Amino acid sequence: MIQLTWRQIRAQALVAYGLLAVIAVVLAITGPKVAHFYDAYVATCAAHSDCGTVQNAFLHYQHVVQAALGPILLVLPVLFGMFWGAPLIARELETGTFRLAWTQSLTRGRWLAVKLGLLGLAAMAAAGLLSLMVTWWFSPLDRMNLSRLTPGVFDERGIVPIGYAAFAFAFGVTAGVVIRRTVPAMAATIVAYVGARLAATYGIRPYLFAPLRITSALQLGGPNGPSPPGLGAPNPADWVLSSNTINAAGRVIGQNGAINMPGGNQGIGFQSGSNGISLGGVGRCPNIPASAKIRPGSNLGRSGALQTCIDRLGVRQELVYQPISRFWDYQWCELAIFLGAAAVLAAFCLWWVRRRLA
Amino acid sequence: MTAAPEAAALEAPALETTGLGKRYGRKWALADCTLAIPAGHVAGLVGPNGAGKSTLLQLAVGLLRPTSGSIQVLGGRPAAGPGELAKVGFVAQDTPVYSALSVREHLRLGAWLNPRWDNALAERRIAALDLDRNQRAGRLSGGQRAQLALTLALAKRPELLILDEPVASLDPLARRDFLRLLMEAVAETGVSVVLSSHLVADLERVCDYLVVLAAAHVQVTGEVEDLLAAHVRLTGPRRDPAQLPAGQHVIEASHTDRQSTLIVRTDGPIHDPAWTVEQLSLEDLVLAYMSQAGRAERVRKASFRTGKSRSGMGVSR
Repeated sequence: MIQLTWRQIRAQALVAYGLLAVIAVVLAITGPKVAHFYDAYVATCAAHSDCGTVQNAFLHYQHVVQAALGPILLVLPVLFGMFWGAPLIARELETGTFRLAWTQSLTRGRWLAVKLGLLGLAAMAAAGLLSLMVTWWFSPLDRMNLSRLTPGVFDERGIVPIGYAAFAFAFGVTAGVVIRRTVPAMAATIVAYVGARLAATYGIRPYLFAPLRITSALQLGGPNGPSPPGLGAPNPADWVLSSNTINAAGRVIGQNGAINMPGGNQGIGFQSGSNGISLGGVGRCPNIPASAKIRPGSNLGRSGALQTCIDRLGVRQELVYQPISRFWDYQWCELAIFLGAAAVLAAFCLWWVRRRLA
Repeated sequence: MTAAPEAAALEAPALETTGLGKRYGRKWALADCTLAIPAGHVAGLVGPNGAGKSTLLQLAVGLLRPTSGSIQVLGGRPAAGPGELAKVGFVAQDTPVYSALSVREHLRLGAWLNPRWDNALAERRIAALDLDRNQRAGRLSGGQRAQLALTLALAKRPELLILDEPVASLDPLARRDFLRLLMEAVAETGVSVVLSSHLVADLERVCDYLVVLAAAHVQVTGEVEDLLAAHVRLTGPRRDPAQLPAGQHVIEASHTDRQSTLIVRTDGPIHDPAWTVEQLSLEDLVLAYMSQAGRAERVRKASFRTGKSRSGMGVSR
């Protein structure tokens, strides 16, 4: 049965692993260059004080490969689902060869289990190898890029692509068995894969682990100066979910170290009024007498009265984030979710073929 | 269930069904089918298109599961495990093969999937058929494909070979070759055979046992010799068929003003001198049962009765 499985998938397997080999060659040539660029210029740029230029150049280095790898790793699992999974049983049902296959001297349960097991593992291995190469190739860039937990980066690194491939393959097979036609099963596989990935990224992943929160004072910049930037995460690689300005009641009143003021402006602003000075978008400053006015040369800012006003009004900023130290926890959890879904689909598929297709 | 297991193993019929039925949605493709085909025969399953032949054979190889009743093949449940599967060879309707695989790869497939695979037999047959081993199965002619499918089923060395309309799509020459090679293989290996066809002429040449299936029901079963001996055509002065003596059952009756022609199943010889007695050909016999089933079906539909379906008319042997 193993030989037959190999014979029947040979063409598709050679295409998939051939492409993988081509990608491996490209990455093996360009990867060391990326690493060398980082070591030679980016790591030492602080000594030459032109870090911005160097980093910018680095982020655009080998941009064709950079731009191509993401989509390849994104679509690879669904290709396994469409071209390995969906036709696996549907083609046999369409051409009637299942009547030949299921009347040989092995049960159809065993027949399906061997096919599911071998091809599932082959798809997972291919996705794992590609992810390994991509993770290695991107590792210098990841040191200065966005957080590796960010959607779009997280799911193209580490072990999660293995789970995606297993899920897409198992779904393809199941769709083929239930729909009994290859092309509709392929279409269903695309839809299900996109749906599952979106659901996992935006419906499950944010709630897997309770995010960490840091609350701190909203810092006022110098007088007439720009608003200070939002509070940064402890580690630049942490995944910042939100950076909000909140009032005394805990309600969100702004983002990134600013307050949403009347008129649609964002920032920290004070206005003079008949009853004194008020913080735009929040309320009257309780620590400043009603007679006070903002005038050029007033020392309200310098004296710290405005900062005290912000603090007295209970306006703070709150950073919600996932520390990068949880990267592997996230990877294992998401892998487990997709592998679990794949296992359920495979079990359903076996049940259906043994009980329903009769 | 009544026989002791060892007795069942000794004389297990090739195919035995009790009240077997298969329903698709609301339509019964096969209903209340009770029959027993003994081992050691080449049994023909004949009936018009849509009579339930294919359903019965797919139930026999375990591709389908019964909705009601039970079915036993060589004393076991069809496709219950590798052992049961190994004992039955199957050539499905339209003889499906893998079009991308070559003839040689099909033989390898057979060897991989069947522990009792007889490679010498397979190679001998492929050589006798003059098939190119490197030819892809998708490029074989219909006749060659059927022969390849038969080779796969035979080299499995089954105890029972089941063929579902194997020659339906073949031209007359390929049809004759296929049946000739089938009979050679039967003589060589002693395998029991059940094959279906909607053409009596195909079966007449090869079968010594017959099951007539029409309108989802078994109409008659028995050894061909016994059936031919038990059925006659009576021609004589017009009379009411109901007045025949006991032991004579009318299958088909047609009347002119003065003359009646009856096809009758009889337990003994016909003594009434008024009748001219003629032997039936197998084809006449089958057609008589098929048209009887057709009439019964029309009556049943017209009367909207939904009572218990009729049981098959078995001929005791």
